[in-house]
Amino acid sequence: MRTHSLALGSLVAVTLAAAAAPALAQQGLDEPFQKTFREALAGKTVAYVPVAMNFDLTEGWYAGLKKELEPYGVKFEIRDPNWNTNAGAQAVTSLISEKPAVMVIHNPDVQTYAKLLQRAENEGIYVIQINMGSAYRSSAFVGANWIEIGERQTEGVVKACQGKSNKIAIIQGALSAAASAYTLKGVENVLAKHPEIKVVSSQAADWDAAKAKAITQTVLKQNPDLCGIVGFWDGMDIGTAAAIKEAGLTGKVFLATSGGGERKGACELVKNGSFDLNMSYDVPTQAAQMAGTIKWLLSSGVKAGSVKGFEYSTLIPITKENADSQTSCWNLSDLKK
Amino acid sequence: MKHFRLGQQEIVFAVFAALFLAFSIFLKGFLTADNMLTLLQNVAVLGILGLAMAVVVIGRGIDLSLIAALAVPGGLVLQMVQNGHSLPASLLAAGLLAVAIGLVNGWLIAYAEVPPLFATLATGLFVAGLGQAALFQLDVVQWSDGMAGFERLGQGSILGIPTSIVMFAIAAIAVFVLLRQTRWGAFIYAVGDNPFAARVTGIPSRPIVVLQYVLAAVIGCFAGLVMAASVNSMPTRIFNSTMIYDVILVVVLGGIGLSGGRGGVVNVIIGTLLIGTMLNGMTILDIPYAGQNLIKGVVLLIAVITDTILNPRNEETAQQGDI
Repeated sequence: MRTHSLALGSLVAVTLAAAAAPALAQQGLDEPFQKTFREALAGKTVAYVPVAMNFDLTEGWYAGLKKELEPYGVKFEIRDPNWNTNAGAQAVTSLISEKPAVMVIHNPDVQTYAKLLQRAENEGIYVIQINMGSAYRSSAFVGANWIEIGERQTEGVVKACQGKSNKIAIIQGALSAAASAYTLKGVENVLAKHPEIKVVSSQAADWDAAKAKAITQTVLKQNPDLCGIVGFWDGMDIGTAAAIKEAGLTGKVFLATSGGGERKGACELVKNGSFDLNMSYDVPTQAAQMAGTIKWLLSSGVKAGSVKGFEYSTLIPITKENADSQTSCWNLSDLKK
Repeated sequence: MKHFRLGQQEIVFAVFAALFLAFSIFLKGFLTADNMLTLLQNVAVLGILGLAMAVVVIGRGIDLSLIAALAVPGGLVLQMVQNGHSLPASLLAAGLLAVAIGLVNGWLIAYAEVPPLFATLATGLFVAGLGQAALFQLDVVQWSDGMAGFERLGQGSILGIPTSIVMFAIAAIAVFVLLRQTRWGAFIYAVGDNPFAARVTGIPSRPIVVLQYVLAAVIGCFAGLVMAASVNSMPTRIFNSTMIYDVILVVVLGGIGLSGGRGGVVNVIIGTLLIGTMLNGMTILDIPYAGQNLIKGVVLLIAVITDTILNPRNEETAQQGDI
């Protein structure tokens, strides 16, 4: 009798459990954080101040940020100073009074915005600096490590010069830009280890392709046995490459440059022999890192200016070997879709 | 006997000759045929722009929209070909755009009587903005396959002379013939010298002013095409650079007074040679950027001060209104 009731009891228990299990599964579990995350982002304003729009880097960052932020109800605003440092400083100043949640800043030089960015963080605005940093260290810096770029480009040139004349030239960008000065430091770091290398010319072309071409033409006429050139930006070094081609020295003068890795500006030009090495800082990945940082800052609730971090881009060296690969470069037109 | 007066043209030529001599003696690799060609090649586009500016300045005007006329039509050709249009159609569109820029400038100045400085400043900004907002996808418009062959306008050489120098020479001859051999050229000088007297003598001074600006824009567009062919792309951002000052410098330094009616193609060539020699010498010497600006400034100041000492201003010249 006792065994019988025990068996009955277990049968009831099993039946009950079987009936209850699906009911539990249908109820679902509320993820406790996503609502807070959505609320932290919705309606917030992110303001973007590049040095100028209309070139592969800034258009790429813009498209990438828009894609990541707008689905969450973030208002994404842009202030385009169009290469005018004054207009940029004014844009940052007026943004401070408008109080967006986050400012994404592309500095024209290390000094101009530094005080303003500090003021912005004191006002509770998170500041993310991209690619070209200022003297002020803000919540985050996302961008290329220019010293590393200079070092790796120069290593490429030094290697190509082995057994040749050991004469190289350097085509710098704009002297006041952090990117140019830091890259030069990287170049110097490597040259210090290679006393056999002789720098026959080190001039600034001001990010301008026509100036880069003029300088390179003169240098090549004076030194037809030049074995390599370290250029500071692929947008400018189109001119450097044109001068090498015109002198009939393509393949003989090794040209190393750097850029955002857009297909037309990077891979295509490596493929046709204009550039021998293009250190890409991969703009879409940078944009994703910026967006990630913005999401983290907004949802964390940390006080602006209380955390400070760096996210240096992992560089992709583009050479003839990988210029054909789908992943080495990116298309601006695709990113905008 | 005619009293010989040392004008700015002669002074600048003397400065150029002195620099050239010094570089030839002290700078290894300067006085070679190859380097001379490079020197000219580097300033060919600046020289062509100088010709455009000269036409306007001789007619007592100034054209600040010249760099926009260089960048935007040139960029339009590259962008249209990139978008699949044919090269001739793109060139036609660019030519029409250049003419339109000149017509608007000329109309504003000759008929609406807006001072040239403000009229061309505004049109320049407008055209550059139009390019950025509506015509180009990116600031630097890339070369595409449809442009194949066109790069010969700025690269390579004809009979051993780099093409861009040949283009400068062609433009110089064309402007010389226009200014010195045609009635229109004589009219431009007359209007520049004294617009009121020119009108009284029956010269159609307003259409002549329009003509000047159309010529300037078209020559500017030509300079843009040579430049694009030379660097295999069109860096349209050049509008924001200081190039317009270099162009005015070439013209004024060469001895074409901003008061109009004087000077010609030879002055542009002298101004271009001086700038070219300075840039080339300093690049060979590997003088850093800041140092280059300093030296450029000092040489220019010397030229201007010498001119002021040798040709002191009197009431008449002062009233002619240098800018």
